[in-house]
Amino acid sequence: MTLTDLANPSRFLALTARLLPWFAAATAILLLIGLYQSAMAPDDYQQGATVKIMFIHVPNAWLSMFVWSVMSVAALGTLVWRHPLADVAAKTAAPIGAAFTFLALVTGSLWGRPMWGTYWEWDARLTSVLILFLMYLGLIALWRAVEDPSRAARAAAVLTLVGAINLPIIKFSVDWWNTLHQPASVFRMGGSTLDRAFLVPLMVMAAAFSLLFITLHLAAMRNEILRRRVRSLQMAQARMTQAGRRSA
Amino acid sequence: MTLGPYASFIVTSYLVVAAVVLILIVWVAVDYRRQKLRLSELEASGITRRSGRSATDIP
Repeated sequence: MTLTDLANPSRFLALTARLLPWFAAATAILLLIGLYQSAMAPDDYQQGATVKIMFIHVPNAWLSMFVWSVMSVAALGTLVWRHPLADVAAKTAAPIGAAFTFLALVTGSLWGRPMWGTYWEWDARLTSVLILFLMYLGLIALWRAVEDPSRAARAAAVLTLVGAINLPIIKFSVDWWNTLHQPASVFRMGGSTLDRAFLVPLMVMAAAFSLLFITLHLAAMRNEILRRRVRSLQMAQARMTQAGRRSA
Repeated sequence: MTLGPYASFIVTSYLVVAAVVLILIVWVAVDYRRQKLRLSELEASGITRRSGRSATDIP
């Protein structure tokens, strides 16, 4: 099956109906394994048990950027390839991405207080992630403000691509500026600096949250396709009512 | 497993994540039921898709 085949919403709905139970089950199993491993992970020699916050903070932070990347590809799908499901994918990813970004900010803040002595610092990493969160909210507002989905899609696609400039700023903010936030310790030149005892639960939780995103995104896309069918049937109903009035 | 002096920060972090994930799951599930209900109501009132197929049936 190719991307072109999935341009047919009915075919996409059929595929989603088959895949969703498997993705949901895999997410639940991986989350349970990840939570167990997180609970059993040893204390860090400096941070003590607060290192356990890393197992939920880091996957949410990664996903906050990954979801915007998915939306950027979808934006290209809307503007360049005009794929019928591209704007559906972009629109439905935004609230999920906003939720992951919110969680990255809150858990980071709750980790920062005992480790840094403050909940918040206006440094480059924290501020750029806050901007990402505000951009998600802006996109959601834009989708809600414009009634015609195709017009909203084009405006949102342009805004998404402009907002993608923030992704490398977030990623490299810890290298370019002096920040309280630590530099990358997993995906870096020379390999991860994390001990295996922390790296394994972190990667399992990252996989679990990624699967959670895929599951929620597929389900939200299915809902959006149904919502558009409702809209087109309501318009057909309005046309029929109008024609009935004219003939009477 | 002991969480040490910062247990409240750790527990709060996990609770907030659990709450938000739960809200997302409920939001998606409720939205699905609402759309299916609306489509069923429209089809029951005689409005059909141009293809003639049911909008609620997933092939």
